[in-house]
Amino acid sequence: MTHRLRVNPIACEAHGMCHELLPERISLDEWGYPILDGAPLDPALLAHARRAAAACPTLALVVERRSGELDRPVNARRP
Amino acid sequence: MSYESTLPGPSAAALVDAPGLPRLLAGIPSRGALGLSEHLALHGELPAVEGRGRARRGAASGLIEEVERAGLLGRGGAGFPTAAKLRAVAGASRSVLGGGRPVVVVNGAEGEPASAKDRTLLRSLPHLVLDGAVLAAAAVGAQEVLLGVCWPDGGCEPKASVSPLRSSPSALDAVARALEERGGGVLVGGVHFQLCPVPNRYVAGHESALVNHLSGGPALPTFTPPRPFERGVRGRPTLVCNVETLAHLALVARYGASWFRELGTPEQPGSALVTLAGPVAQPGVYEIEHGSPLSALLDAADGLTAQPRAMLLGGYSGTWIDGSLLREVALSDRHLSPFGASLGAGVVVVLSDAACPVAELARLTRWLASQSARQCGPCVFGLDAIASTFEQLAGGAGAGGRNLTERLHTLARLVSGRGACSHPDGAARLVASALDVFAQELAAHARHGPCAACARPSELPRPRASRPTTVAPA
Repeated sequence: MTHRLRVNPIACEAHGMCHELLPERISLDEWGYPILDGAPLDPALLAHARRAAAACPTLALVVERRSGELDRPVNARRP
Repeated sequence: MSYESTLPGPSAAALVDAPGLPRLLAGIPSRGALGLSEHLALHGELPAVEGRGRARRGAASGLIEEVERAGLLGRGGAGFPTAAKLRAVAGASRSVLGGGRPVVVVNGAEGEPASAKDRTLLRSLPHLVLDGAVLAAAAVGAQEVLLGVCWPDGGCEPKASVSPLRSSPSALDAVARALEERGGGVLVGGVHFQLCPVPNRYVAGHESALVNHLSGGPALPTFTPPRPFERGVRGRPTLVCNVETLAHLALVARYGASWFRELGTPEQPGSALVTLAGPVAQPGVYEIEHGSPLSALLDAADGLTAQPRAMLLGGYSGTWIDGSLLREVALSDRHLSPFGASLGAGVVVVLSDAACPVAELARLTRWLASQSARQCGPCVFGLDAIASTFEQLAGGAGAGGRNLTERLHTLARLVSGRGACSHPDGAARLVASALDVFAQELAAHARHGPCAACARPSELPRPRASRPTTVAPA
């Protein structure tokens, strides 16, 4: 299953936590807002991506399973 | 001066003289609106489309198939296939998670300052649009149609003050009168119509903003998904259709898909309304066949009154192409795509060679920045940075000029795709094409400062005064 990162640009307030926690995939623009490339997440980075999404103070960063479909919550138990 | 006042009224709506035309603009009166009886005498009664409840896979899905065969594309700018939209809404209401009866929203916000086609249809031929809405409602099984129509003066008045008898003719008045002719709101097949004024700002016509406004929120875009067809007005599956799209739908239902395809290109069948502005003898709204040459449109408008420097195609979020291409381009997306342009919402603005493109761009990008909903950081800061950079260039930047044009390239890339709606993407498209087409003028301004033409009054249709950054809920 491919996972992707997506940011809700309305909710995002440029705290920059996501870049701190996932610099491999998230850079910041000159105003501090995250730049995502939209490519599928490397499975090795999935745990870090979920951590970054959970750390976002405005919950603007989301990990999606498919387009529009949210990933399970970070703390949910595996099926 | 607002553009509304300089914009030709519906009486100026004219046609490119071509076989098979006019279609939409047939019978357009020189003053006022075409009444219900004249409308029915011209086009005949609306063919019966059974509601979803009575005939699940009957006439209603038959209409969707006919629209699919016709290849009708949405006319709000994005060009999405209308049949796919109808099917998605009809399907969403049937699904297990469906949010109940769908709602049809007529998008008449027309926030694009250079466009007047939707207002022309609503003011002069409201029954064609209402027919389309009735058909769309039947096709998706909706009982409720919300007519989102912009205020003519950039105002944001409460709904209660809509008076069908106001002296100044506006789209709202014409639609209110047309609804009264049909019996005051409840129409064919028990479809209920409601007239909903929409604030006059650029992003209010974005479908998520319109849905948000009609659900009682501000007319600002929302984060999607869910898309309106899944969860729209008050959580229901919602079909949002442009005014012109619905008018075409009313004709497809009457005359059929093969009739519709007699005009246009295979990819973009049918005719289209185009708003022509700039140094032409007769600016206004024209009906053209997709794929007809731009020169034919200009001839229909009695030609140019000045030498063209460039054309802006698609609207204020569109693409600039060089004036030398005037005799080469045809008005369809297939013909325009080699130039990176598209017809968008059907806007063609000609800029004369007397105008200063740098000053025009500085004003235009500043206005686009002012129209940001101020919700998404990259749009708020990025569009402001773009406008400031153009203003710096227009004022003469000395040795830093080259860096400024490079900065504009960077900024255009940076804002694209990073808002909740497509507003920053449109601005990026405009800037990228302007850097290409006006490279010479930009370089000259950067080196030598303002030119003599910089002080000329704006030649582009002046956007209405920008609204405050927040808009009160409906």
